[in-house]
Amino acid sequence: MISSSSNISPHSKRDDLLSGSVRFLALTAGGLLLLVIAFLFYESWPALHHIGLTRFFSDPDWYPTDNSYRLTSMVWGTIFASTGAVLLASPLAILSALFCHFYAPPLLSRWFRRMVELLAGIPSVVFGFWGLVVLVPMIGHWHPPGPSLLAGILILAFMIMPTIMLVAHTSIAHVPLAYIHSASALGFSRWSMMWHVILPTTKVGIFTGILLGLARALGETMAVLMVCGNVVQTPSRLFDPIRTLTANIALEMGYALGDHRAALFMSGLFLMGLVVLFVSMAEGLRHRNTYVATK
Amino acid sequence: MDLIQPTSHIIPDPDKRAGFRAWLPYQSTEPFCEPDAHLRANNLSIAYHDLQVLRNVTLEINRGCITALVGPSGCGKTSFLMSLNRLTDLIPGCQVSGHLQMNELDILAPTTDLLQLRRTVGMIFQKPTVFPFSIRKNLELPLREHGTHDRTLLQSTIENVLQQVGLWHEVKDRLDHPAQALSGGQQQRLCLARALVLTPDVLLLDEPCSALDPISSGIIEDLIASLQGSYTILIVTHNLAQARRIADHVAVFWSLEGVGQLVEHGSAQQIFESPKEELTAAYISGIRG
Amino acid sequence: MSRQSNHVQEYCLTVIIWTAATMVSIPFIWLMGDLLWNGWSHLSFNFVFSAPLNAGREGGIGPILISTLLLVGVCMGVAVPMGMGTALFLSEYTRHDHVLGRLIRGSLDVLAGVPSIVFGLFGNALFCQVLGFGFSILSGGLTLACMVLPILIRTVEESFRVISREQRLSAAALGLSKSTTIRTILLPAAIPGLLVGGILGLGRAIAETAALIFTSGYVDRMPESLMDSGRSLAVHIYDLSMNVAGGNPHAYATALVLVSLLFMINLSSSWIASRWTLSNQLPT
Repeated sequence: MISSSSNISPHSKRDDLLSGSVRFLALTAGGLLLLVIAFLFYESWPALHHIGLTRFFSDPDWYPTDNSYRLTSMVWGTIFASTGAVLLASPLAILSALFCHFYAPPLLSRWFRRMVELLAGIPSVVFGFWGLVVLVPMIGHWHPPGPSLLAGILILAFMIMPTIMLVAHTSIAHVPLAYIHSASALGFSRWSMMWHVILPTTKVGIFTGILLGLARALGETMAVLMVCGNVVQTPSRLFDPIRTLTANIALEMGYALGDHRAALFMSGLFLMGLVVLFVSMAEGLRHRNTYVATK
Repeated sequence: MDLIQPTSHIIPDPDKRAGFRAWLPYQSTEPFCEPDAHLRANNLSIAYHDLQVLRNVTLEINRGCITALVGPSGCGKTSFLMSLNRLTDLIPGCQVSGHLQMNELDILAPTTDLLQLRRTVGMIFQKPTVFPFSIRKNLELPLREHGTHDRTLLQSTIENVLQQVGLWHEVKDRLDHPAQALSGGQQQRLCLARALVLTPDVLLLDEPCSALDPISSGIIEDLIASLQGSYTILIVTHNLAQARRIADHVAVFWSLEGVGQLVEHGSAQQIFESPKEELTAAYISGIRG
Repeated sequence: MSRQSNHVQEYCLTVIIWTAATMVSIPFIWLMGDLLWNGWSHLSFNFVFSAPLNAGREGGIGPILISTLLLVGVCMGVAVPMGMGTALFLSEYTRHDHVLGRLIRGSLDVLAGVPSIVFGLFGNALFCQVLGFGFSILSGGLTLACMVLPILIRTVEESFRVISREQRLSAAALGLSKSTTIRTILLPAAIPGLLVGGILGLGRAIAETAALIFTSGYVDRMPESLMDSGRSLAVHIYDLSMNVAGGNPHAYATALVLVSLLFMINLSSSWIASRWTLSNQLPT
């Protein structure tokens, strides 16, 4: 808030030292993003140079050892899994947020919220493990093989639900009480109030939450790696195993060399680009929307 | 008010002055308000970004006198006060132009040692701003910062200022308790003590009573009156009765065309009994403002 | 709209919303119950402190706990000072709308959204290869530090910002230098925020897997130095369930340990946060 804008303040030596080191640390932290991007570029340069962008989509298949680098099916895998998860999680999350505010008794509402917060903190590897030992056998029993796009969608939905729900919850909490009171004074039913007052005033906030959830789903690695089967193919049904870009990196980084390694960095760069796009869109919305806490 | 100790009770110890300006108001004889300019403002203007809040103020503040700055809200009184110890430097986009002089010191000069200036010019804010630690540490911090580390000197200085603001008997047994546990009035007196601990020449008081209950407010007011002559005091107040009771001089500010300006300046008696300006007359009789 | 249909609508909505809430709760309860049910029986003093045998099917998680602690220690040791410094810079040395401050804040916001696997790639390229730390706890910890930095800075900066303007002004009015003001007034007031931020970062670091598999590696022996490869709890769960046939029982137990650790962390941070807001609401 208060700045040392004056060029004349009487800095003692200690002040100079402090401001110098603080500035250095801040510039380092701020430059970290650039460093990450620079390294991704640097490492994926051989791929861009030797293979070229088009071959990632025109090669016959993903056989990096045979110099064949088709990423298309993994891009589709990523897209199907994350959009499916968002489509499944968003309505549930929004309804749960409404539940917390308007339906649950106060005690239950507090516990429900606390539960969702805990859910948000469960590590993805635990979700993945649970999916692997509980969900996948169930799906396999119903419709073999088991590890599938469906399992990925379910686990991802479960993981991003808390993100969307907590953002929606906050934006509903910021709806001015006067709106709710005047809606009640007009004799609105609960349904009309939610539909005509709450949702319109919070739609930007909720959309922000969905974008953040989508970003999380796109970048998620461990859970999808553990439940999706990791077969490189474009899925045609919900029960087909898939491999996502993130899982591909995690599986092959250990032994990848040369162009193969560069191709993996390339897909990381691509993922990062997507996620950065969604996160900046969400941040942009957040700053424009007065009903979402800026915190 | 028996709580208030007259300033003459403060006895300086000449032997302990080394390295630290004597704990003593600037004059050694009987305190009085002198007809001698201590602070001079010449064509002072203040703007926040492009918004001008004060224009062309020319004013002399006499040594040892209490000068009340009165006028409606938003006419630049607080900004004027904050330019005197250059706190305006800390406000983003604030620009001060014109000339400000304290004795021979050019306050607005880029080379002015701000820490030294602020040591010489104490300030109290509308809300008591005690720091979140013990009473003792609140008083010790500025002393240590300005180079006093001797324990006995610290102790005696703290006792002296607390005596001066009439807090000693109330807090002497709980000097190490958190200052925030004190009442609002006590906190404000502690803030005053904390400013006095640096033996300033000038005290800037920004509505020091307005956030307090009437009784605490009365205590602070008497305290300020008791400091008359020992310090050059500028007090911003919206309470005209208070200005009338304690001020030697009154400066009336008014917002003309959205910009604060000095309307009239004179002795309290002259301002309240025979104001020269119509605005002043209207303001003090309660017709405007 | 008739009163009758209004009632039907209201009734249906109530049913839908309660169903949604139940659908959210069931998997959570299921997951927790499953972990407790299957993990509890394998959990013992011995399991927590002894070394893994037979690729983790037998024995315990002692060295893995130590590796996790070292990873988190390196991470916090780097992230906390950097986070404090950056937060100080953002709140005390730049104006809120200053270009540099906005750039740094914006880049940290984006960094917060970067997928952990990408941090893994970055850590592998920078720490393991360019700086030559190899697969080591040091590489892993530094990678984690990059990950938790944004959240840490955000929380600490927030706690500097709630310190009132008057406090800063009165410190300046007393002629206190900037370093004194920061040391005696701002830092003490920001300690709770720092703790909350640190704990949140700690939680993220402990939960992380993808960024670690190719920075700190898989080795499950007791680490002898920071340059040794070390396996974290989360990586252990992954390895047991995916690469070790018959590893599930111990994966359950490890997951239970990990989740309990995280719950404790979560609870203590909300406890500090609530005490902090309470003490801020005291009349001043």
